[in-house]
Amino acid sequence: MRRVVVVGASLAAVHAIEGLRDHGYAGEIVLIGAEPHLPYDRPPLSKEALHQGPEVDKVHLRAPEWYADAGVELRLGRRATALDPARRIVVLDDGTPEEYDGMVLATGSTPKTLSTLGDVGPVNILRTVDDAVALHGQLIPGRHLVVLGAGFIGLEVAATASEMGLDVSVVELAPVPLTRVLGDEVGQWFRTHQEAHGVQLHCGSVLDGIDPGAGGSKIRLHNGTVLSADLVVAGVGVTPATGWLEGSGVRLADGVVCDKSLRTSVPGVVAAGDVTRWYNALFDEEMRVEQWTNAVEQGRHAAASLLGADEAYTPVPYFWSDQFNAKMRFVGRANAAEQVHVERMDDTSMVALFGRDGVLRGALCVNAARRLAQYSRAIRDQVPWGDVVEP
Amino acid sequence: MSMKVIVDLQACQGYACCMMEAPAVFDLDESAGKAILLQETPTDDLRAQVDSAARVCPARAITVENG
Repeated sequence: MRRVVVVGASLAAVHAIEGLRDHGYAGEIVLIGAEPHLPYDRPPLSKEALHQGPEVDKVHLRAPEWYADAGVELRLGRRATALDPARRIVVLDDGTPEEYDGMVLATGSTPKTLSTLGDVGPVNILRTVDDAVALHGQLIPGRHLVVLGAGFIGLEVAATASEMGLDVSVVELAPVPLTRVLGDEVGQWFRTHQEAHGVQLHCGSVLDGIDPGAGGSKIRLHNGTVLSADLVVAGVGVTPATGWLEGSGVRLADGVVCDKSLRTSVPGVVAAGDVTRWYNALFDEEMRVEQWTNAVEQGRHAAASLLGADEAYTPVPYFWSDQFNAKMRFVGRANAAEQVHVERMDDTSMVALFGRDGVLRGALCVNAARRLAQYSRAIRDQVPWGDVVEP
Repeated sequence: MSMKVIVDLQACQGYACCMMEAPAVFDLDESAGKAILLQETPTDDLRAQVDSAARVCPARAITVENG
């Protein structure tokens, strides 16, 4: 292999590049990124960087000289628009063809919008550092912010804005926040935690429409409630950024379909990060993971597979969320849990376990992270549910 | 070749990723929400674990120096 093209200037991309070099690949590496920026870290964008005002060089994953040292040719501000596997060419939005022997797909996710509601006026989304800069400028104490969607991003933005002195309301379709992921009892804890810090949650609320106006927007809920907002942020989920691969021959199904080692259906092309759908044998489940730690490990693993390794990628996923003084850390999977056991729950901390098929599959700790290592090992060892949950 | 591990406790946010990757090298002080470095100069058989811990630290608080 002489020329590897990495598409997407992302966290997964940085670790794929590092993995390629660590594994002895000495050929060319080209990094294509749609944004003008070097790869940067996204988690701070809804937390401390949003509070302080994001500066792109402070969230860079690697200093500019790292790319030169690693022999990476940068094509930033250029979007990949088409892939031709027969000729082994990726085409950029200025028409430039880039040849490749090997390719890493690491294009990440695109936020969903509220386009189904028609003209809703200015609604902020938060995905990129530019989004965070724009949002930070509007977070002025005393203003009323309405957050649409009580997922992790929505709740983190709500907490950050509330700490900055804004009056914050959150609108959520589900009766309890995070319930689809973590169940009612855990979700209710987050609701109480947010409300204790002054955030108003409108759960079980269908959004009828948003009327933009000169002095702000009116948010109309189906139950008749109308919220006045100086600014609106939508955190209603993301979709894998795979549109440019339609018709290329790369198999897609809510993400890029990969084998156990992260190889796509096209020879010489691997995937890493949010876009990747693969079979994780540890959980006996085809999954797609939109999380930071996965992007690091998957990027590195995909690089090894591209260079010829055949090892299955079987991680125990990890993610975190910080809201006010609650530091939530999670290992494993909570989806489709048959059992949820709350081992400990008080005003400031929580430990909850998630089981399925008779084994421990997930563990959540709030301000109690020391237990995580033990649970992570138990999940990897597929320890029976009854051995972890004391009767 | 030996290694030296440095943890920036200012940056550390108590993610616990390091102790999941290298439990012989890292622990966590739960009340402070900060990592505890159990050994500053781990033996070479722990190198892969320590490198992983540094890589997956969300706060990028871990540095491994080669001595």
